[in-house]
Amino acid sequence: MPVKGTPIGTPTKVTQGSKTKGGIGESTLRPDGTLKVTGEFAYSSDMWHEDMLWGQILRSTVAHAEIVSIDTVEALKTPGVYAVMTYDDLPTDVKNYGLEIQDTPVLAHGKVRHHGEPVAIVAADHPETARRAAAKIKVEYRELPVITDELSATAPDAILIHEGRDDHHIGHVPHPNIVHRQPIIRGDVAAARERADFIVEGEYTFGMQDQAFLGPESGLAVPAEDGGVDLYIATQWLHSDLRQIAPVLGLPEDKVRMTLSGVGGAFGGREDLSMQIHACLLALRTGKPVKIVYNRFESFFGHVHRHPAKLYYEHGATKDGKLTHLKARIVLDGGAYASASPAVVGNASSLGAGPYVIDNVDIEAIALYTNNPPCGAMRGFGAVQACFAYEAQMDKLADKVGMDRVAFRQLNAMEQGTVMPTGQVVDSPAPVAELLRRVKAMPMPPEQQWLAAGEAADVRQLPGGLSNTTHGEGVVRGVGYAVGIKNVGFSEGFDDYSTAKVRMEVVGGEAVATVHTAMAEVGQGGVTVHAQIARTELGVTQVTINPADTQVGSAGSTSASRQTYVTGGAVKNSCELVREKVLEMGRRKLGTYHPAWATAELLLEGGKIVTDAGEVLADLVDVLEGEAVEIEAEWRHRPTEAFDLRTGQGFGHVQYTFAAHRAVVEVDTELGLVKVIELACAQDVGKALNPLSVIGQIQGGTTQGLGIAVMEEIIVDPKTAKVRNPSFTDYLIPTILDTPTIPVDVLELADEHAPYGLRGIGEAPTLSSTPAVLAAIRNATGLELNRTPVRPEHLTGT
Amino acid sequence: MRVNFTVNGRPQEADDVWEGESLLYVLRERMGLPGSKNACEQGECGSCTVRLDGVPVCSCLVAAGQVEGREVVTVEGLADYARQRVCGAEKCDTSAKSDTLSQGGSPTWHPKPTDSQTGEGTELAPIQQAFIDAGAVQCGFCTPGLLVAADEMLEHNPNPTDADIREALSGNLCRCTGYEKIMDAVRLAAARQGEAV
Repeated sequence: MPVKGTPIGTPTKVTQGSKTKGGIGESTLRPDGTLKVTGEFAYSSDMWHEDMLWGQILRSTVAHAEIVSIDTVEALKTPGVYAVMTYDDLPTDVKNYGLEIQDTPVLAHGKVRHHGEPVAIVAADHPETARRAAAKIKVEYRELPVITDELSATAPDAILIHEGRDDHHIGHVPHPNIVHRQPIIRGDVAAARERADFIVEGEYTFGMQDQAFLGPESGLAVPAEDGGVDLYIATQWLHSDLRQIAPVLGLPEDKVRMTLSGVGGAFGGREDLSMQIHACLLALRTGKPVKIVYNRFESFFGHVHRHPAKLYYEHGATKDGKLTHLKARIVLDGGAYASASPAVVGNASSLGAGPYVIDNVDIEAIALYTNNPPCGAMRGFGAVQACFAYEAQMDKLADKVGMDRVAFRQLNAMEQGTVMPTGQVVDSPAPVAELLRRVKAMPMPPEQQWLAAGEAADVRQLPGGLSNTTHGEGVVRGVGYAVGIKNVGFSEGFDDYSTAKVRMEVVGGEAVATVHTAMAEVGQGGVTVHAQIARTELGVTQVTINPADTQVGSAGSTSASRQTYVTGGAVKNSCELVREKVLEMGRRKLGTYHPAWATAELLLEGGKIVTDAGEVLADLVDVLEGEAVEIEAEWRHRPTEAFDLRTGQGFGHVQYTFAAHRAVVEVDTELGLVKVIELACAQDVGKALNPLSVIGQIQGGTTQGLGIAVMEEIIVDPKTAKVRNPSFTDYLIPTILDTPTIPVDVLELADEHAPYGLRGIGEAPTLSSTPAVLAAIRNATGLELNRTPVRPEHLTGT
Repeated sequence: MRVNFTVNGRPQEADDVWEGESLLYVLRERMGLPGSKNACEQGECGSCTVRLDGVPVCSCLVAAGQVEGREVVTVEGLADYARQRVCGAEKCDTSAKSDTLSQGGSPTWHPKPTDSQTGEGTELAPIQQAFIDAGAVQCGFCTPGLLVAADEMLEHNPNPTDADIREALSGNLCRCTGYEKIMDAVRLAAARQGEAV
């Protein structure tokens, strides 16, 4: 039964231009800003359709078990229930999905591999009915031993998380419970070790972080007359979803029409599928629109997390402070399914030495299969964990050598021309020492700010805050520095392209542009930047941004700090192609009137065609007349290549990006409470296309780094592999009280390989923020602190 | 059960409300007002903040039955609410103003219902405009709750210190911005409010 009508909340195009004239480099305001402040902006969880049903997922209550039986009889009998589906109801032979390795069951088949794995789905006419019906499904489990760490995963008799692996990593991993292994080997570590005057070793632990985007996983699937389905969804990459969804439904990709609904943040957590296939299955089964909205509890089970990690580092240095070598082993816990683990391994290993010149390197990174929650993409993607470890090492080594910690880093800092441990030459600015200099030069926040207001201590300025735990007694200040390196874009030979459709025409006596891409706007401000690029390239004021959907080619993922670079690059490229066509039209129509049409470099500015000398040749309105010019084109950055599987050598990354932080903390040493007073950041952004948004990204990324430093961690019981804190009551993210002022110093050194010289910026600030805070806490307390997040008991020893 | 209450100045009636239903659910799913957001439904994130008889509350923690006979203002009604507040303040005796507001009760407010809500040319509350201008909106999911909370703070504390702002907004989580631009927005709204007086 096909469904008629358009759902409420269907995204509409947004036109900006009456007030905003800005091209690139200006802080134009978001085109969706008004809708977002009035509550009218429709997020995926706001979608509504007449006669729609609500979907609910039943998830496993245990982490590792065989499924003995599933009894859905009682659930199906519940009034208001339209469908209950299990593995046996899947319509085709394709029953798994996955970003790179299709190892994730749409619904559990005979076995569950982690706590919270989807087992059955229900559709009912009310969300509470669906919830109660799901609770009536009886699943009998026969529990299996849980694999929770490297030891249990790689034991000779370990149960294999995935039997019969046939993915392309199985041939080079030492154990089937290892997803991927990437060594990076350069120089001669053994010989260099002999030359080292000082050697420091460390073993570091990085906790499991959640993206904790605020808009829960949600979407609406509407069955269509042609047997297909229309899916309104919050995601990071429509076309990647489509590629995974369509085969499971048994539909050609053109019958699964996807539209990006409003996205309430992502940070990597929407790179994998969540409820997409489930909603489509229920919609096709019932013939009715089906909406699924996770609550926060379910959201913690519904997406991958940041890989927790164990990192073993050994660095050496000479008496004069030069790094001699690095030996490192990085063990990432990928959990039950592969998700993005192979690429995270590639990042952790290839960026594991940090932004330093080290000629002799031996790094090994692996990701495990365990029964812990699946881990995958999160802002910083493998580089975050490594940065935490190598920056702790830098402080230790500087202390041993007897150098200032910042000066030690600057002495060893990479620069343009440095050869990475992968053999790749860094061929654009790498101002590592300069960023450190800048962040160190920022004024320090005044001491004892809690006394600034007057006679009594303002406890809001103190560790413990309004809990009124101290008026300054036992409070010690500490300062710490860190710097990091992140790659931009998809690496290791991935065909990382983007598509943009740009149209130019006359509307209401004015030349206007329309930009249509499949880019997922997740809050980062890509839509703002696209309009700016169109204004700069096409000389128009008014730009319409069409909703993102699969009616246009792929824009790649909104991740890896890549969208302004790659989809921005695609928009620029399509605009240039449109401009060429418009100039051709102009030459054809008016070329005989002025010699400059043939000889001068022509630009589109202020609605006119002008020469590079500023002479006006024609009004765009006259050139376009009744015609529209439209181009859809793919655009690619320069290609990368895979890392050699034995040596890790290869031109693996498109671009590198750098940020440095200085953290100032105050620690109540008696209670182990930390207040971060200031978290200053200096970052090279190449070219700030929208300075306001750039600073917003840097501050947001910095704060997520602060979270993993002092509070955020998903606690998984090592005995049962069950998640113990799936709520915002127990999983804490920084509030406005926990977050300090974040002064930002933006450096703009152009990368000549990138559009406008820009550098991807979203992730770098998430790297160095965490180790800077840890360094500051170490500085205040004198403790070694080899794990993050730091909790009060780590500071008090209780 | 049936619940009668006022939303953004309009009398509303909700029928067949089940006992566990929250005010948030009624607003979002029955009233067609999804501006109040469902980020945690546990009272931890503040995304669903509304005014209940003038007091900011997490609407996810308010049982629908509790709002019988009471006044609710959501983000969708915020611009109107702010405008009425200014009008009301201009008309009423200024000596009475601060008392009424500082007690957290509903200020004198004459609702003017409207049938249409359009994006273009929408009149915004000063705090809404300040959020746009300061770059305090990224994904925007926390924005409605923050706007309601910030507007309420500025109502009784027109010249907040930074510590005041942080304290007043400490119940509203934001994951995108790192809060700096939100601080800027509230400072901007307060400054503009000061200029206007």
